[in-house]
Amino acid sequence: MSFFIQHLINGLSLGSLYALIAIGYTMVYGILRLINFAHGDVFMLGAYLVFYGMIFTPFPWWAVMILAAALTGLFGIVLERLAYAPLRNAPRINVLISAIGASFLMENLAILIFGGRPRAFPVPAFMEHIVRIGRVSFSVVQVIIPVATLLLLLGLTYIIRTTKTGMAMRALSTDYETASLMGININRVISFTFFIGSVLAAVGGILYGCRYPQLIPMMGVMPGIKCFIAAVVGGIGNLTGAVIGGLLLGFSEIMIVGLLPTLNDYRDGFAFVILILILLFKPTGLFGSATKEKV
Amino acid sequence: MMKRLKSLDQDLRKHFIGVIVFILVAVILQFVGLDSYINRILNLGLIYVVVSLSMNLVNGFTGMFSLGQAGFMAIGAYAMAVLTMSADLKEKYYLIEPVFPILKQIQLPYLPALLIAGLITAFIGFLIALPVLRLTDDYLAIATLGFAEIILVFIRTQFRITNGALGLKGIPQHENLLLTAALTLVVILFMIFLTRSSYGKALIAIRDDEIAAQAIGINIFRHKVVSFSISSFLAGIGGGMLAALVGTISPVQFQFVLTFNVLLIVVLGGMGRIWGNVIAAIVVTGMLEYLRILDEPINFLFIKTDDGLPGLRMVVFSILLMVVVLIYRQGLFGTTEFSWAGLAKRLRIKRKPKQEVQ
Repeated sequence: MSFFIQHLINGLSLGSLYALIAIGYTMVYGILRLINFAHGDVFMLGAYLVFYGMIFTPFPWWAVMILAAALTGLFGIVLERLAYAPLRNAPRINVLISAIGASFLMENLAILIFGGRPRAFPVPAFMEHIVRIGRVSFSVVQVIIPVATLLLLLGLTYIIRTTKTGMAMRALSTDYETASLMGININRVISFTFFIGSVLAAVGGILYGCRYPQLIPMMGVMPGIKCFIAAVVGGIGNLTGAVIGGLLLGFSEIMIVGLLPTLNDYRDGFAFVILILILLFKPTGLFGSATKEKV
Repeated sequence: MMKRLKSLDQDLRKHFIGVIVFILVAVILQFVGLDSYINRILNLGLIYVVVSLSMNLVNGFTGMFSLGQAGFMAIGAYAMAVLTMSADLKEKYYLIEPVFPILKQIQLPYLPALLIAGLITAFIGFLIALPVLRLTDDYLAIATLGFAEIILVFIRTQFRITNGALGLKGIPQHENLLLTAALTLVVILFMIFLTRSSYGKALIAIRDDEIAAQAIGINIFRHKVVSFSISSFLAGIGGGMLAALVGTISPVQFQFVLTFNVLLIVVLGGMGRIWGNVIAAIVVTGMLEYLRILDEPINFLFIKTDDGLPGLRMVVFSILLMVVVLIYRQGLFGTTEFSWAGLAKRLRIKRKPKQEVQ
């Protein structure tokens, strides 16, 4: 039983991280029908900004983290303006190539600027404190991650449900063409979407850094792909789906490795197996709505 | 000769001229005598031609969105390595666990091994195609990406076949440019015949409008599976050629970056174009090599560094590529197939304006 609870806690913290990043993918895809390949690298940028913020600024850790998340959000807007906005009406494959190109550019710039050597993430001391209850043990950060995720999700739901921009976002993802005819300022809404998505990715990156305190320029690649899978598994374009998908992926990864330790080498392959299984039986994901092409 | 040539339809004439030019260039280069560095790059460029044509068959001609090319190349390369390495070498390099005894004794010459490597890859491609091709668009892209990743995971863990992450060394090398060019030409000719056949026309119909294609009685799923399997076959051949060119393979070589380079070539050369693709493959390969000077110490005007800047090459490459994609939205050669006649026509138009049609 304690074994099970232990893995439940591990799975919950990993799954919440995946969920945070998956939301960014799903929001962008919902509006632009674009796999934002650079999202995983935005996640990396957030973590690195905290690392340098702690070194070069006198602010306390929480201020640095908030600042880093905000800066990463602004970076997301710039990224969209430079790499995606000029291709609004181009064939989709070109936008996708631009996205992959942006991802490579960020990774290589990171190697150039931040250096290829791994860096130690400055984890606030209290977060590393280990709590033991019976035979179950976990660090404080493992509790902070799901709580932070939950709070951010509530905030996001509030924005999307009640504010005018949120309404515009929903309108754009339902019907891009019609919404643009209704006087919605598309570029502003898309910028806002990228801002939110990038902030969430940055928070994800920072929390990831607190949990696994090692920074490398390529750290965003695998989580990026897995979180996109989480978004697809949940039904891309659907926020609830992204969260469920992220949790599902995090839990199953931890559980399978926990129950069958010999499969640890195949760890990164699981996400794809889950993806393929789900897509085969429910091609639009768990919560996706089916669209039938009209003749 | 010229009269015969003119009687052919325009498409065929263009291919004919292309093939002649290709053979001439290959033969001339062979007799000029190249230093081994250039020879290697040209070989690599030709291998990229094969692989990008294989990707173009799926993405450009059939309109499916697959991102699994690197995985198939990996299968081809590993099959090639296992099939051509001698038993002694296998004994020596399989450090963690010995190779399966059956595989150990196999040692085939280059061409049969290449063919078998292609067939193995095609078979695995076929098995993957059956479930995956029920998906479309971005879902297909992610699923194929996933399978490429799973293939790499298998390669890293099946020590008795692949030697895991250590990779394999001492694969018998083949660097003869003429041989590579001949193989590439066979692939190009195959693609030309395929796309001109009724089968190829059916694939193009599926790309242009799946519903309409279905309505005129094309079995969509079967055509897609066949196209995907042929593409895997060619990718496997390309991977095998790559293994025999470099002599050393490891899973790192077949990561997503490789697929991306190939996709880049396909898009630059034009989706569903053959000769544009051939040129793009060689140009991009050459450029990637040329940019290597960026990683070395710089001493240019006021900029002077003592150490090289590792990573600068890929930064410049990524920027160039994004600029190209942002500016040339339809590929370098536009929506029309690159053709020598078209090039000549364009040059002529510049000299004297076209006459008004009465």
